[in-house]
Amino acid sequence: MHINEILFWFLTALALFSAMMVVFSKNPVHSVLWLIMVFMAITGHYIIMNAQFLAIVNMIVYAGAIMVLFLFVIMFMNLNAESEPQKSKWMKFAAVLSGGSLMLILIAALKDNDGFISSMRGEGSIGLIKNLGKVLFTDYVVPFEISSILFLSAMVGAVVLGKKESSTIVS
Amino acid sequence: MITMDLLAIDLAYGLEKLLLIGGIITVSLIVAMYTTYAERKVAAWMQDRRGPNRAGPFGLLQPVADGLKLFFKEEIIPLTSNKTLFVLGPALAMVTAMLTSAVIPWGSSIHIFGRDVSLQIADVNIGILYVFGVVSMGVYGIMIGGWSSNNKFSLIAAVRGASQIISYELAMGLSLIALLMMTGSLSLKTIVQQQMEGGWNIIYQPLGFLIFLICVFAECNRTPFDLPEAENELNFGYHQEYSSMKLGLYLFSEYVNMFISSAVVSTLFFGGYDIPFVDEAALSLSLGANTVALLGFGALFTKILFFLFLFIWVRWTIPRFRYDQLMDLGWKKLIPLALANMLITALVILWLNK
Repeated sequence: MHINEILFWFLTALALFSAMMVVFSKNPVHSVLWLIMVFMAITGHYIIMNAQFLAIVNMIVYAGAIMVLFLFVIMFMNLNAESEPQKSKWMKFAAVLSGGSLMLILIAALKDNDGFISSMRGEGSIGLIKNLGKVLFTDYVVPFEISSILFLSAMVGAVVLGKKESSTIVS
Repeated sequence: MITMDLLAIDLAYGLEKLLLIGGIITVSLIVAMYTTYAERKVAAWMQDRRGPNRAGPFGLLQPVADGLKLFFKEEIIPLTSNKTLFVLGPALAMVTAMLTSAVIPWGSSIHIFGRDVSLQIADVNIGILYVFGVVSMGVYGIMIGGWSSNNKFSLIAAVRGASQIISYELAMGLSLIALLMMTGSLSLKTIVQQQMEGGWNIIYQPLGFLIFLICVFAECNRTPFDLPEAENELNFGYHQEYSSMKLGLYLFSEYVNMFISSAVVSTLFFGGYDIPFVDEAALSLSLGANTVALLGFGALFTKILFFLFLFIWVRWTIPRFRYDQLMDLGWKKLIPLALANMLITALVILWLNK
């Protein structure tokens, strides 16, 4: 077995196991920590696919920044297994159904895709920072800038919401 | 036969890297150990005291004594704490402190036993981003430790530490973008080689360096930004419930962080293993490449020691910030400054290329 293959199966097992643990652990803080493990495993997958830039950005943004904010909120809410509200049966049924159909669509889409397999062998080079930068700033420059405006508006929205709250408290 | 040869080469390569990793970890631990000693001696010198002088000549064995004391203390895990995470916290803090050393070029290559051994564990083409990735992981050591102690002071300190590190990471990244626009490469080795030919980056990026240095202080939780362990507000900070070597690991990881970030600053802005005012290529003809590589390592080490001294100097000179002042400085002053620096650098680069 090639070293890439061994790593791929190891990381896949790790990602799947951690993802299961996210769902099954009773403590929400443990769930978040397992979710970080999932992101780390996916970072490893990106490195196998020779997409180092995506790998490290995945680590900085998702595992580093976003999960820290999740942890922040959960640590302060002091959630524990006893205080967790029980969802209704229909809700659970609907969740399983929608999750299952998403999985079906993903499998169907990826099953016959050759590009996916070749990128798994570490042959692609689109994820390297030079190639990705060129593509982002030439072919996809308009969507790229529009998405950055989206981020900006989200940020401004958050600030506006935060400000309103404090001014009503003062008045 | 070919596979055998390949295996042999791989084994030698692996052994070489393993030795290098072991060497670098040992050096960082010893330097961290003696930084604690230096901190106390420099503090004493600044406050007109003698400092530690009982254990060994000039108190040189003091760090060893401190370490032994920490190892032999009773290990207490609070009853209401989350035990797995309580142990995971300090381990994570130490591991993330050490991980950054993988991409720092500690010197050029040494020729030994017919092999060229590069004094860098991994020359990845995203070196700088790797450093940022590891730094953003460093938050978890503090947060997990603080939360799992099940103590309000620890939790508040942990959240303070995490928000401080996240806030200053932004300004840090922005200040580096200006540098990266000049170098055009994310590999630390390439950045050092460019500085060997074209002069140190501090000449072209003084403002970027200043912002980066301030952010490094904040990332290491050093005074004037040591709010996560502000004694008078939070008792002892996020490691309040820790005892014995687990506390030792937290305290020690701060010094390892200082050492590694001094190395990063020297590499990025002060030429790394470049010996100032000396043409390395000409020198290696007369002295041999190995001697020059060792001299280069010595040069890098001198720069690192200077920055370690700076860390200690600032700690005993500047008082602590208040928390709102800290956030104000990070978000309202450093980030706009870094953005302006980035824009000016971009304009100058465009103007020069025309």
